[in-house]
This record gives sequence, C-alpha cells and structure tokens, in this order.
Amino acid sequence: MNPMLRLTNVTKRFGGLIAVNDVSFSADEGCITGIIGPNGAGKTTLFNLLTGNYAPDDGDILFRDVSLVGRKPHEIVALGVARTFQSIRLFSSLSVLENALAGRHCRMHAGLLASMFGSAAQRREERAAVERAVRELEFTGLAEFLNDKAGSLSYGNRRLLEIARALASDPILIALDEPAGSMNQPETEVLVRLIRAVRDRGISVMLIEHDMGLVMQVCEKLIVLEYGIKIAEGSPTEIRDNPRVIEAYLGQD
Amino acid sequence: MTNAPCPENTPGAESPAAPFGPRGTKPGAALSRAKIPALVASAALAALLPLALNPYWTAVFVSIGLGALLSLSLNVILGRAGIFNMGHAAFYAVGAYVTAILNTRFQIPVLWLLPVAGAASGLCALLAARPIIHLRGDYLLIVTVGIVEIVRIALINDVGGLTGGANGIFGIARPEIFGIRIRRDIQFYYLIWGAVALTVALFSRLDRSRVGRALSCIKEDDTAAEGCGIDVAGYKLLAFGLGAFWAGMTGALFAAKMTIISPGSFTFWDSVLLFAAVTLGGGSQAGAVLGAFLVFGLPEIFRDFASARMLVFGLALMAMMVVRPQGLLPPAPRRYGTRFLTRGESPAAGEGT
Repeated sequence: MNPMLRLTNVTKRFGGLIAVNDVSFSADEGCITGIIGPNGAGKTTLFNLLTGNYAPDDGDILFRDVSLVGRKPHEIVALGVARTFQSIRLFSSLSVLENALAGRHCRMHAGLLASMFGSAAQRREERAAVERAVRELEFTGLAEFLNDKAGSLSYGNRRLLEIARALASDPILIALDEPAGSMNQPETEVLVRLIRAVRDRGISVMLIEHDMGLVMQVCEKLIVLEYGIKIAEGSPTEIRDNPRVIEAYLGQD
Repeated sequence: MTNAPCPENTPGAESPAAPFGPRGTKPGAALSRAKIPALVASAALAALLPLALNPYWTAVFVSIGLGALLSLSLNVILGRAGIFNMGHAAFYAVGAYVTAILNTRFQIPVLWLLPVAGAASGLCALLAARPIIHLRGDYLLIVTVGIVEIVRIALINDVGGLTGGANGIFGIARPEIFGIRIRRDIQFYYLIWGAVALTVALFSRLDRSRVGRALSCIKEDDTAAEGCGIDVAGYKLLAFGLGAFWAGMTGALFAAKMTIISPGSFTFWDSVLLFAAVTLGGGSQAGAVLGAFLVFGLPEIFRDFASARMLVFGLALMAMMVVRPQGLLPPAPRRYGTRFLTRGESPAAGEGT
C-alpha cells in the first residue's frame, strides 16, 4: 500500500530565499510524525504547503494518492487534512462550542435556503453537529468551558481548542504546528496523552515542535530540516545519534 | 472518510476535570426562551402603534421601516460577515429601477416583481463582487464606493433610455394584496413592518445555522476560517448576494411606496448612513433595526436642529467608537441545548492535572 502522505521534491522560494528545498519524504497512516529543525528551517512553510496556504514552486504532495497542489485550504480540509496554527488562531469572540462547530462545517451540507427556512434535515444535521462538537470538547477536556468565549481560555486550553476544532472535521491526518508552544510542564504532559489518544482513534498526526522532550516522547518518525533541506529522517533514537543533526542543533564544525 | 468514534472510556481517565485552568461558570442555555416575551411585546407595540400616530409620524415610521429593511440587509454583509460595503444604495437602486421599469412598461404587479428585483440586485452584486471579494477591509470599501457612484451616474445618464435620467421614473403602480390596493401610509406601515418582522425571523434562523456561523468565523479571522474548512470566498459572495437580494426587494417596496423614483434617492450619502446604522447597531438583528431608528428616525424628532444634524451625527459616531466600539447591540453568543450531552471525559485528563 502506498504511504498516506508523500512529498516529492517539494520546493518553495520566497524571492531569493529557498524556504523549502527539494524535500521528499513520506508518512504512514496511523503514525505520529514529527518535523524538527532549528528556527527558520522551513518547518512552518512546509506545513503551509501541505495545507494549501502556499503553493509549491516545484514538486508534488500526494495525500492518499490525490495531489494537494493547487487546492485551496478549505478543500484540503475536506479531503481530510486538518491543521492547527503556530500563533493560535481561534475565533476568540465566539464561544468554545462555536469554535468546535466551525471545524464541523466542512462535513455539513445545509445551504442558504435550508438554513433560513430550517428544513427537517437541516435541524437533524445541526443537532448531530452540536453533539459531535461537544464530544470533541470532552475528548480534549474542554467540556466545562462550552459556553465561555474562546478568548477567555488559558493559553494551554486555547491550543487544545484548536485541536478539538481540527478533530471535529473528521481528519485522516491532523497537522499540529508547535502544539506545546507556550505550555508549561503539566500542560505539556496532558498534550502528550492527548496526541497519543488522537492516534489511538486511528488519526495520523504530524507535528512541528521545538520541545525536544515532547518530540522524542511521542513521535514514531522524525524528519529533520535545516535551511529548507531535509538533513535526516528516522526514528527518534536514530535521530538522536545522527551526527548531522547534532551538528545542526549544536553548531559544531 | 474514516470516522473514528471518540473513545468513551480510556484507561487512566479518572478525573472528569478539564486538564487545567479554573472551572468555568456555565451560563444558562435558555436565553432564546427569555427573548420570547420581548419579541411578543415589541410585535404588539408595533401593531398598535399606528393607532396613536398622526399621519405625519406614520409616514416617518414607514420610511424608518424601509431603512430597517436596508439596514438588516447590509447587516448580513457588514455586520455578520464583516465585509466593508459602503455601496449598498447601489443594490437598493437596482431593485427599485428594475421594479419601476418592468411595472411602468409591462404593467407587471409590483409585488410579483419583488423576487425579480431581488434577483437582479443579487446578480449585480455577485458580478460586481466576484473580482474584488478577496480584497480586505478598506480596499474593498473604496471599490464599493465606486460601485454606488457608477450606478448613480448611469441612472442620471439614462442608460439605454430606460431610467429616465435625472427626473427618474413616474407612475409606478401601488401594490395590491388580496384585492386590496395599498395606498395609505398606514397600510404601507403594516406591509413594511410585516416585512421587517419576516426578515428578522429568517435572518435570525440563518444566524444560528451553519451558514451564519461560517460568516461569524470569517468576520473574526478569515485565514483561520479557511484553515478549518470554510470556503471563505464562497461565503463572502453568498453574504454579498443575499444582502443585495434583500436590498433589491426593499427597493421594489420603496418604488411602490413612492410611485416616483429618481437617482437622488440612491446616493453615496445614503450608503454612508446605512453603514453607520449597521455599525451603530453592532451586528445583531435588533441592533440593525435600532440603528435604522437612530439614523433615520432621530433626525425627524430633532427637526428643529436640522442644521446641526450632521455635527451631532459625527460626534455621536466618534463617541461610539471610543466608548462602545462593538456597537449598541452586538449579537449574543449562540447557545445550543447541550446539557443532555455532556457526560464523557478526556482521555488526556489524568494524574498530571
């Protein structure tokens, strides 16, 4: 069987800067894959290429044998790739539940007329969506904040709400951009358990992270980038002992 | 699509508590029920009001009603979706002129023309907005100002010999419902405020739906909305088209009320007033109606100070922006019946909390 996600020779240039340079790798279904590298290595650019925010200048991205290149972000979500943002992007004046419901949007069908006149199918769909959104909030431990404004949550909980919103869209692959950013130690521990629970639901996880402890703990496979080039790929133990990676991180010559 | 069910019970999930943060207080979910008496009361008040009004004030209330319909229609675009449209009078004009032309040339009854006028305006809006919908905030605003000017100048120049130039179009028929010809102000009062009530009901349902939530998300952060699966460009166009459709239907009612229309009724200034009404209102349906009262009703009450009207207006808007930038009646958060649903616990909750 082909891998779930396959990047081949993906390149992205911004003017003279090559942010992602001829990167190829693949990720298997049901795996937790980590993308690591020093600041400015092109990790977030790679994510933005995957989720359709940028189009690659070269190369192809195949998700379950369907090319993601040239598709809009919302179409890619509908194909089953959901994401969270490095700088938390919630709808902060909306409630926690409304944020989770926003993730459910792409799996719903009610159009303008059904919504205005409230057809029976529309009402059924709404009830099911609310129930599913509540389930995801329970899953991420946010059920008690249902009716609170998203903007009133603590930073850690905001990150969890982004994950709940992404989960509500029935993803096959969830892409987490620095999920542990601005989290303290106990919060990170909760996050580790949550990421594993997501994977146990059969959802593949891809994450960018600076917290090496977290990466080594949860990831089954790591991709290391430096200056937009993939310098290593392998299991956490292989990566830990890879001289090229140690050099990139510690700056030896 | 793989649709893995959420695990109900995972070993190690002992505490039902959220992983961190203080316990939030949950406001009751019966807000919409508390609104019902208020709605019934305002409907009864609106129905009985003309009995206490002299003909002059009835006419004023009719024009406030038309303003409220326009304000509600712009509210979909500006208040809910956050699209800066300062050219709304253009779509109002298209509806009014389509009605006037078809009625005076082909004697088609005005009320039959409501959907036609709406469709014509909606179509114009979609065509005009399609190339510019990706523009943000102020850039889009400037283009919409251009649209309303283009429409006004086209009307003055009697495009295709259809619009009657600066004099406009005369002799539009009165509407007729069940054989009753609507001509007196009090009849228009009920027709137009009935339309306001219907609009509020339909748009409130829309607000609570998938479409309404999508618009709220787009207003908050369109990158995040796109990133969580919402077709941002598509929904912005939908909001634009719907708002213009409603403005077009309001234009048809306006044409039937006035029987004479001319380009002077559809200026940039009218667009600015509508923009102000929606901004003052804050985005909710009630806010849009209140905004119409403030913008179109207050000047009538303070007629003696008419010369100072614009000064007061400008000062009031400035004060609002400082004291209450979210508007007078921002939309209440949507509440859903969830009490029966909450029972599960997070697999991530555990000894670490």
